[in-house]
Amino acid sequence: MNVAIVKYNAGNIYSVVNALKRLGVDSLLTDSPEELASADKVVFPGQGEASQAMSYLREHGLDQVICSLRQPVLGICIGMQLMCTHSEEGDTDCLGIFPAEVKRFQPRQHDEKVPHMGWNQIYMPANRCSEEPALMLPNGEFVYFVHSYYVPVCDFTSAICDYIQPFSAALHRDNFYATQFHPEKSGSVGERILRSFLDLPG
Amino acid sequence: MLAKRIIPCLDVKDGQTVKGTNFVNLRHAGDPVALGKAYSDQGADELVFLDITASVEGRRTFTEMVTRVAEQLNIPFTVGGGISELSDVDRLLGAGADKVSVNSAALRHPELIDQIAGHFGSQVCVCAIDAHMEEDGSWRCYQNGGRVPTSRSLFEWAYEAQERGAGEILFTSMNHDGTKAGFANEALLKLADKLSIPIIASGGAGTQEHFRDAFALGHADAALAASVFHFGEIPIPKLKAYLKGEGISVR
Repeated sequence: MNVAIVKYNAGNIYSVVNALKRLGVDSLLTDSPEELASADKVVFPGQGEASQAMSYLREHGLDQVICSLRQPVLGICIGMQLMCTHSEEGDTDCLGIFPAEVKRFQPRQHDEKVPHMGWNQIYMPANRCSEEPALMLPNGEFVYFVHSYYVPVCDFTSAICDYIQPFSAALHRDNFYATQFHPEKSGSVGERILRSFLDLPG
Repeated sequence: MLAKRIIPCLDVKDGQTVKGTNFVNLRHAGDPVALGKAYSDQGADELVFLDITASVEGRRTFTEMVTRVAEQLNIPFTVGGGISELSDVDRLLGAGADKVSVNSAALRHPELIDQIAGHFGSQVCVCAIDAHMEEDGSWRCYQNGGRVPTSRSLFEWAYEAQERGAGEILFTSMNHDGTKAGFANEALLKLADKLSIPIIASGGAGTQEHFRDAFALGHADAALAASVFHFGEIPIPKLKAYLKGEGISVR
């Protein structure tokens, strides 16, 4: 299988390369529009700041490329946030794949720390009954989060996490999948989620 | 609910785990990668690898170890020891570490914390603090592995580190470290009240109850220990089952 990882100015991209390697998949780290378009699967990972990441993607024409992809695409963490319409982080216009606004956590009390860092549980939204292929997101399992901004629960939410308030732990629309958590750092549960992405048809 | 984290700490010298271990009959107990994987399989939430080698050669070996750990491990890990400038952080994050912990160098040059947070984000910057409760009851920060006292108070320095951009505080009580008599819960609670970033408790773990108390009384977000895990005195699955029974959220 030919898996491409979007190369841009975000941190921690190699952790995804390593995670895929542990699943027996050699991925290609690339910013070439042709290589991204021709891959069987594309991962859009990262850790970083929204406005700088979007400027880089625009300068390199990667914003158009990502939106035009037709194969399964997996956004991770800042990757997922950049796939939304707009982020409060740096007042940034993003890719608009998911019609959602990325907001900053507003703690209500002292022990609600920001960033939301560590292992937290994900749940299935009650009304989610899709016939479409989907990521295997195990109800009630713990996965690893590190983030200060969140996507509110919306029509495209495929898993919910509750921290300060319920928010989108995962999103899904057509061929675009995304997780706010880091499956590549989420132990065996994360490996199963990544495996389910690799197993998606198309 | 956000889980309280259990973090084994591994001291590494010349690429090998230092303290003798009696851990799940591991054939290569001195191999940090094998040990790290065993802990990860047991349910450790994160790992800390501390480089206790001082030489340039040792530093290269440690970086190679970090690369191998990053290839093999599927949970987050922090590396520390001898980090004195931004290029060290760049090298270790480039090798695949998720976070770095800074200690003495940050006390000497507090702007190191601003630099790390500015370049790589607060989430990668753990400020480790070794502090000792003096006879007058005040908590004083020490540097160089707890050998050299500074003029800093624990609470003042921890707050400054947070304001400079540290993402977490790893507080080791020198009074409690090695005693197996429990964590410094009063100081932990005072830190938790003062700070808005996560606090990792370190020093004093001897029993399962000590972990419960660090979370329930000290309001720590995570607890770190070495020997009780390395010598198999407290198996992590058993510890987590106990904590769950005590009403503490764990993975």
